[in-house]
Amino acid sequence: MLGLSRKDTSFLLIVIFLTLATPLLLQPFPEDSALAQFNAGYPDLMQRFAIFGIFAIGFNILFGLTGYLSFGHAAFLGVGSYSAVWMFKLLTMNVIPALILAVIVSGLFALLIGYVSLRRSGIYFSILTLAFAQMMFALAYSVLTPITGGETGLQLSLNDPRILGVSQTPEGNIPVPHLFGLEMRDSVQWAVGGWEFTFNAGYYFCAVIAILVFYLSMRIFRSPFGMMLRAVKTNQTRMNYTGLNPRPYTLAAFVISGMYAGLAGGLMAAMDPLAGAERMQWTASGEVVLMTILGGAGTLMGPVLGAGFIKYFENIFSKINDNVLHAWFAFLPDGLEDVVVAIIHPFVGKGWHLTLGILFMLVVIFLPGGLVEGYRRLTRAFRRTPRPDPRRDPEHHPGPVPHVGE
Amino acid sequence: MGILEIKGVSKRFGGLKALDDVNISIAENSVHAIIGPNGAGKSTLLNVLVGKLVPDAGSVTFENQSLLGRKPYEINQLGVARVFQTPEIFGDLSVFENMLVPLFAHRDGTFRMHAYETIAAERDIVAAAEAMLDEVNMLEKRDMHAASLSRGDKRRLEMAMCLSQEPKLLLLDEPTAGMARADTNNTIDLLKQIRDKRDITMAIIEHDMHVVFSLAERVTVMAQGTPLVEDAPERIKGNPKVQEAYLGGHG
Ligand SMILES: Nc1ncnc2c1ncn2[C@@H]1O[C@H](COP(=O)(O)OP(=O)(O)OP(=O)(O)O)[C@@H](O)[C@H]1O
Ligand SMILES: [Mg+2]
Repeated sequence: MLGLSRKDTSFLLIVIFLTLATPLLLQPFPEDSALAQFNAGYPDLMQRFAIFGIFAIGFNILFGLTGYLSFGHAAFLGVGSYSAVWMFKLLTMNVIPALILAVIVSGLFALLIGYVSLRRSGIYFSILTLAFAQMMFALAYSVLTPITGGETGLQLSLNDPRILGVSQTPEGNIPVPHLFGLEMRDSVQWAVGGWEFTFNAGYYFCAVIAILVFYLSMRIFRSPFGMMLRAVKTNQTRMNYTGLNPRPYTLAAFVISGMYAGLAGGLMAAMDPLAGAERMQWTASGEVVLMTILGGAGTLMGPVLGAGFIKYFENIFSKINDNVLHAWFAFLPDGLEDVVVAIIHPFVGKGWHLTLGILFMLVVIFLPGGLVEGYRRLTRAFRRTPRPDPRRDPEHHPGPVPHVGE
Repeated sequence: MGILEIKGVSKRFGGLKALDDVNISIAENSVHAIIGPNGAGKSTLLNVLVGKLVPDAGSVTFENQSLLGRKPYEINQLGVARVFQTPEIFGDLSVFENMLVPLFAHRDGTFRMHAYETIAAERDIVAAAEAMLDEVNMLEKRDMHAASLSRGDKRRLEMAMCLSQEPKLLLLDEPTAGMARADTNNTIDLLKQIRDKRDITMAIIEHDMHVVFSLAERVTVMAQGTPLVEDAPERIKGNPKVQEAYLGGHG
């Protein structure tokens, strides 16, 4: 179906189901329970899951397939956000034109930066992309202030021209982003028992786009083009002597991943119509690298898992403070309670980066294939019938090909 | 005139003359061996032919087109394939995918953005890949990870990849270097089979005289960057100049 194998189709269906059911699945604890703070089913965070998922899916097309590690992809995220906000200011608050412009402009930037950076490979390529991104970050704060709004960022104002819309609502407010009238901030609440679920228009808009671009990345992974990208990663010498020019392949991958980043940046602006240069900072570029590696570079699902994992940590673990910890360990004798809280304290709240760093190290050392590999090992361990040991006779019992998959 | 004409080619590395006025003509549909002691310039010559090195002087023409200044992938697209001393294959791809890449390159040229098509829909290419794997007796290994193949199988796969593009000229740099006797004999058989079944010209750089004498129709002996003798293999053996070059080269 849809040009996918049977296995891929069922995989896609599962992804679609999980994405659409996210507002339910991420809200497993009743509102008044002690664990309610681990709930992640609120619009803001779910939107971020989808948006960073898109960012990471695109990044993975470049890094996961070709092995070219860009350290400047947040630049395209920023470009996408600025483009979208300008579209809101000048044309309309409808998100579609904003997203289209975000994708086009970030694609053009990626073409330029990729064209120059891809003349080198390995660490030099990474440094070039980092340099470009930092340059754009610096420009956004200085020369380009009229376009970027400098330190305050680019915001909507009450006297934006907005050719196909109104500058102000009848009540004198700035209008909000919408999809043909459906406002992105609209939500429906649903309370059952002790649970409360929020279905937000903005989240579902991001989710549908995320599913579409996930499907697109599946097609790319399975296409001859995707195979060529993996060939680039494996052996460029052989590629050259096979009559293939690796450069346009890597450039195409770079531009595609830049457009994914621009789309993610545009969606950020569509959810909250402002854009700032901090979105382009190198830490943001590093974050998408972490997401992809943590989840499993070169796998379809890995980057999405990595993005979800990191965003969850950033938003949930960072909120656990000492009061919360004391409440959890109140059942312990006082002295012991203080000791336990003191031990855990550096790892939560503001210390969430520390926990994330440790987890990242553990994954890279023990699960070089990321969370996806962890999942594969688990399913393999639980499988009933053990496979024949492929090492016994490599010539006649070939092991399965390590598939680029799941 | 030969399919490949090398005329007056020189190449210096600093003070060292790696190639010094090399003239070789390789006849169409022949197997031509280039032998010589270590450092004679054989690999340098090969790298000039495939576009990896640019010579300081001279010309290289393939079917009356100059190869100089062309990129390796452009030279390949003209019909020149190369087998490396250590097999260069796509280790992270399956054996089958290794076969697909050259077939796509042969049909679609140096770049094509077929990002939305599926591989399975390319029936002709899939069939050609399977036929080629069958020809080199590797069909049952089609789903193996190419990196996990034995050295001999990697060599077979690399040859199959080159042949699938129906090259007019196949360049082989010491195809049996470091191989055990059995693997060497397998490779000789494979090359004979290729030679007899297709219209193909082969230029082989080789140290192993057994290989040279079982395959080649012409032999060029190089020493210190210059061809010394060119003759039929039977007559090369007794040539005093050749013996001197080898003794000189090793002494
Ligand atoms: N890139 C290079 N830079 C400097 N010198 C080089 C370079 N490549 C080759 N040479 C030198 O040029 C000479 C010819 O080398 P080449 O590799 O062509 O010899 P060869 O005939 O292939 O020898 P072998 O049988 O050992 O492979 C040698 O002296 C080598 O050291
Ligand atoms: Mg050599």
